[in-house]
Amino acid sequence: MVIDVHNLNFSFGSGSLTQPVLKGIDLAIRKGEIVLMTGPSGSGKTTLLTIIGGLRQASNGSVVILGEQLVNSNEQTKVKIRRQTGYIFQQHNLLKSLTALQNVCMTLELQRDLTESERQYRAQQILAAVGLEDRMHYFPEALSGGQRQRVSIARALAGRPKIILADEPTASLDRQSGHDAVEILKQLAKELNTTILLVTHDYRILDIADRVVELEDGLVKAVEHQE
Amino acid sequence: MSIVNTWFFPTRLAWRQLIHDRLKLAAATSGVLFACVLVFMQLGFKDALYASAASMPLKFDGDLFLIHQQSEAMWRPAQFERSELMRALGHPAVAEVAPLYLSLATFKALDTQVKRTLMVYGYDPDTDLLNVDAIKTRKRELRVKDTVLFDEYSRPEFGPVSNMLEAGQNRTEVNDYKVTILGVFQLGISFAADGNIVTSDLNFLRIFPNRNAEEIDVGVIRLQPGVFIPEIKEELRAHLNDFVKIYTYEEVLKHERLYWENAAPIGFIFNFGTIMGLIVGMVIVYQILFTEINNYRFEFATLKAMGYPHSYFIRMVFASAFILAILGFVPGLALSSSLYNLAESQIFIPMPMTFEKAFTVFVFILFMCTTAGFLAIHRLDSANPADMF
Repeated sequence: MVIDVHNLNFSFGSGSLTQPVLKGIDLAIRKGEIVLMTGPSGSGKTTLLTIIGGLRQASNGSVVILGEQLVNSNEQTKVKIRRQTGYIFQQHNLLKSLTALQNVCMTLELQRDLTESERQYRAQQILAAVGLEDRMHYFPEALSGGQRQRVSIARALAGRPKIILADEPTASLDRQSGHDAVEILKQLAKELNTTILLVTHDYRILDIADRVVELEDGLVKAVEHQE
Repeated sequence: MSIVNTWFFPTRLAWRQLIHDRLKLAAATSGVLFACVLVFMQLGFKDALYASAASMPLKFDGDLFLIHQQSEAMWRPAQFERSELMRALGHPAVAEVAPLYLSLATFKALDTQVKRTLMVYGYDPDTDLLNVDAIKTRKRELRVKDTVLFDEYSRPEFGPVSNMLEAGQNRTEVNDYKVTILGVFQLGISFAADGNIVTSDLNFLRIFPNRNAEEIDVGVIRLQPGVFIPEIKEELRAHLNDFVKIYTYEEVLKHERLYWENAAPIGFIFNFGTIMGLIVGMVIVYQILFTEINNYRFEFATLKAMGYPHSYFIRMVFASAFILAILGFVPGLALSSSLYNLAESQIFIPMPMTFEKAFTVFVFILFMCTTAGFLAIHRLDSANPADMF
């Protein structure tokens, strides 16, 4: 198992203001699986995603990612997990002062054993794979929403992460570019045998999933298997 | 290699973020430039003041100098008996001694007739007390009654003396006493005197009728070649009365400089100005860095989510501070150099741009920017990757 969550509880606030968000989540995802997570707002999808990605500290239950226990972990462990995880955000979250190519390179600069030319080469390859070979030196503000999200996908995949975490990646895109973006994501993830956990409200993209998990009120409500 | 890597990437990212908005960068740079110029001018004026204070003693040709202990600075000396100086001749290592007379006097400008105060030096021309060629070559003429030499570097308010001499107009009054100007020499003015004239000891006593030859202002002692000056100084010290102080050449320069640094409040004023300039610059840089971190905090949080450690962003902030220091310093140095030239032409006191001064200011500016960086890094805590989804 790449992601193994067991009896995870999480609440915001403290004392009488405690607001439980996750109430005993169990979720296991195999290597190479593409899992979509849906559910109404406030069901705790995003919170679960940030805990799995090592961005939020949980103190109850068990969250084992790539063999590392994240519950009550230290900063080093979390940073280690973050480096093996690619993130795709709802807003593209590209660095606005960097070109598409430089943005993708930011992922690769975390890998110190690569030379500058290797980084450039790999970033160009992955940008070409998302169909942006002629937009490499554009700044984000000169790109369309769909193009930005594809740069964001390239950035997440460039480091060849073992896990991709995505939070509503198609929310700000129109139907066609949204579908194109997740198609590219799926195709590249399958090539690299990357595990994907994708939170979405967008039922148009459910067809890319191997499995759909539905969250409601901090609990896994149903697991549907796609055939 | 690892240090290069550790600093190279955050520095490059800091640079790319800074140059992305050229207008903001220009504003930030001019803030540093402003502080830089302010500090340069304060230090420049201070050094010019100290240098000019010692412009006359710098030309002294002697080994040891006697000054009355009540003399706070050379421009307002207390007199002591000439016999005190003559006693030094009793020491076998002393080759010769010579008295120097000096006093402030009014000088009537050749063109406007306006009277203005300058410094009059009087000594036996044969002793060559001042190591200035233009004076040495005219020592025979200076023996003539009522003759003086005029310092070309005096302030222009004394009139275009060189030109008027060429036109044959060479008579004026010093201390209401008519004298003939023989020619000019180059010495330089100080904050105490706007100009200088040199004359013989006898002429000095004619210009100042209430002075007498037995009351001298400075006693100059020349030693036999090859003797150890500090040793002779100590031996003479034991022979002379306590009311005279005995200085070596270096000590007399230091004595003059320390007067302006400490006794006069001028040193404090310039140091205060320097510190104020640095504080203002620091606040500007802090504001820039703070705003920069604030604007980029979502990007920083994104990078944190990607696995960048907190220390990466701390290095970025310091790299930004360093880049701003360099970008502000380089034009600041160029601008200050030309302002030094402008000031030289206005106040007639040399203000050289030395490597030492440039280096000092650079260290100050670097310190200023680093401190601003230290104050700004707490803002990095606002970049929380958990808020990114």
